[in-house]
Amino acid sequence: MTSVSPPAVSPLAPISSTADDISAFVQPGRVHRRLYTDPGIFERELSQIFGAAWIYVGHESQVRNPGDFLATRIGHKPLLLVRDADGAIRLLHNQCAHRGSMVVASNGGHTDEFRCCYHGWTYHLDGRLKAAPLLHGYPAHFDPASPEFAMRAVPRVASYRGFVFGSLAPQGPSLEDYLGFMTTSFDDMVDRAPDGELELAGGVFKHTYKGNWKLYLENLCDAAHPLFVHQSSIDAARAQADDVHTDGSGEIAVRQMRQNGAPYSFWEQNVGIWTYPNGHSFLGDYHDDAKLVAAMNDPVFRDYIAAMEAKKGKEATRKILEVRRWNTNVYPNLSFMSQFQQLRVVHPISVNETLVCTYNFRLKGAPERMFENTISFANIVNGTGSLVLTDDLEIYTRIGLGLASAGSEWLEIGRGYAGDLPAEHGGRRGKNSTSEVYIRNMFDAYLGFMAHGAPEAGASPPPRAPSSPARTEARS
Amino acid sequence: MILAQRTTAAVPGDAAAGPLSLADCEQFLVHEARLLDDGRFDDWLALFTADCWYWVPSEPKQASPRDTISLMYDDRRLLETRVRRLASPRIYSQEPPSRTSRMIGNVTIEAADAAGTTVRSKFQLLEYRRESQRIFGGTAFHRLVRGGGGIQIAWKRVDLVNCDAPLEGLVVPF
Repeated sequence: MTSVSPPAVSPLAPISSTADDISAFVQPGRVHRRLYTDPGIFERELSQIFGAAWIYVGHESQVRNPGDFLATRIGHKPLLLVRDADGAIRLLHNQCAHRGSMVVASNGGHTDEFRCCYHGWTYHLDGRLKAAPLLHGYPAHFDPASPEFAMRAVPRVASYRGFVFGSLAPQGPSLEDYLGFMTTSFDDMVDRAPDGELELAGGVFKHTYKGNWKLYLENLCDAAHPLFVHQSSIDAARAQADDVHTDGSGEIAVRQMRQNGAPYSFWEQNVGIWTYPNGHSFLGDYHDDAKLVAAMNDPVFRDYIAAMEAKKGKEATRKILEVRRWNTNVYPNLSFMSQFQQLRVVHPISVNETLVCTYNFRLKGAPERMFENTISFANIVNGTGSLVLTDDLEIYTRIGLGLASAGSEWLEIGRGYAGDLPAEHGGRRGKNSTSEVYIRNMFDAYLGFMAHGAPEAGASPPPRAPSSPARTEARS
Repeated sequence: MILAQRTTAAVPGDAAAGPLSLADCEQFLVHEARLLDDGRFDDWLALFTADCWYWVPSEPKQASPRDTISLMYDDRRLLETRVRRLASPRIYSQEPPSRTSRMIGNVTIEAADAAGTTVRSKFQLLEYRRESQRIFGGTAFHRLVRGGGGIQIAWKRVDLVNCDAPLEGLVVPF
C-alpha cells in the first residue's frame, strides 16, 4: 500500500457545499469516508457532476415517433425526453413555466401537446408555450413566444447510436469526445444486432439501497468480490442438478451463477480491466460465449449466428462476437453489458440512498429466444428479486452502515496500485481484473468535476425585462 | 410438523376422486403460508410439482414472463436453486434473517376441472429485517393439483400491488 499523509484539511472539519477544495479527501490509494456520508459533498456532486457531465437519459427506441415522450431524470431533476413534431429529440425540464408544477405525471406515452393540470398552460412538443388561459390578465411584458415562458430545454442533448444523453452545462466536450474510447462498447452492443439496431424492451427493474450512489459503479467492475459476496448463489447453482425440469429460463442463469465462483487465479490470469479518461472503464476478456450460451451447442445461439452471418457476413460476425467485454462503466452513473444487452442507470437520491434502474434491449433481427435469454439473465442476476444482485445490495447497505462510524476514516482503493499500466487511447489498465484501478480512475474524474465542473446554468434564461422587477419574487 | 401431518391427512390424496373443495384450498394456502413464515423452505419446495413454475411479475397485468422481466420467475430448476440458496450460511442478504407474517383471505375458486383447480386469494405480508418493517400485499393465483399423496402446486403467480415500485432486495419468497 502506498504511504499517505493525513489530509491537509481535517477530515473532522465540516464540509460546506461551497468548499473550494475536497482534493484532500482523495489520496493515492485511498479516499475519505466523508465522500460517502457528507450531505454537503453530496449536494456539490449533484451540481458539479450531475450538473455538468453527459448523463444517460434514455434510448431513441423509447421515443420512436413524433409525440412519443418519456419521463426521465438527471440527478434530482424530472425531465421529459420527447420526439417533437419535426422528429427531433428534445430534453425538457418537466416543469411548468407558470408555477413550477410538474407537467407530466405519467412514465411516458404519446401526446400532441403537454398541458399543465394546474392552470391549463399548454406547450408544444418542443417546449414552447402554446396557449395559456386568461392571457389578458398577465403584465404587459408577458410574451408567450419568449423562451422564458417555455418548458425549458436542457442545454445540450445528443445521441450516440441510439443512446441519448443530456448535459445541464451549456458548454463542455461533445458527447463523443466525452465518451472517448467507450464509444466502442456502445458499438459492441449495437453491432450484435443482426439488423444493426437495438430496441429497449421488457420493462425496468427499480431497486434501492441505503448507501451512496458511487458504491454501485465501484462494484460493477470489481472482480474480487463475486467469489465472496455471491457464495450463496454459487454454492446453490453448483449443487443444482441439471436433470430437473427447466423451461429454458433456468439455463443461462445457473451458468452465470456458477461462473461467479471462478477462482482468484482465473480473475488474475484471464480477465483484464481497462480505464479511460473521464472516469470510464470496462472489464474485459471475461466470458467467451462458450461459457454462457454453450455457443454452437445451443440451438438458439446457432440461429442467432446464422442471422448475423446472413446480414453481416461470416468474417464481420466473427469479429463482432469475439469482443468480450463484461460491464462497461460510463462515468458517472451508467453501466451496460453488451453480451446480455443489459443497461443500468444509477440515480443518487440522498447521500445514503440510491435508486438503480435496469433495462434490457432486444437485438433487432435476432431470434426472439435471444431476448428471452436476456430477460432470464436479468431476472436472476440483475433483478430486484434475483439470487445474485440481492447480496450486492446487502453489501452497499452494509457499507452505508459501516461508514456511519468514523472509526476508520479511509476507504482503501489501492489494490493493484503499483501495477497500473498505460493503455491505448489515453487509457490506463490494471495489471489484472482484480485491480481497483477503475475506482482510482473514477476519482480522478471526480476531482476534475468537483473542481471544475461547469456550474449548473439551467437553460440560460434571458434577463428579466426591467419593467417587471418584482415578478420573480411574486411567483416564487 | 404437526400441521403438515394434519394438512396431509385432511386432504384426500391421489386415490380420492373429485374436485377440491374451497375448504381444501383455504387449508392448503394457510399451510403454505405457515411453511414460509416458519422458514421451512424445503418443505415449501416439496409442495410444488416436478414441472412447476413460480412467478412474481414486475408489472401489473403482465402477460408473459418471457418477454418482460419479473421480480421472480423460476422453473423447477431455478426454484430448487433459489431454495437451496436460502439455506446457505453465506446468504448475506438474510443475515440477519427476515421474519415474516402472512395473512391469507378472500379465497375463491376461479376454475376447476379434472386436471386441477385454480385458486385466487388475497394476502398481506409483513417482513421485518434489520430494524425496519416492509408490508406487501396483493393477489395470488395457485394452480392446485392432486399428487404426491396430497395437494401440489403446479404453478403460482403472485401479483404485488407495488410490483413496479422501487424496492430493496427481495429474498424471501412470496
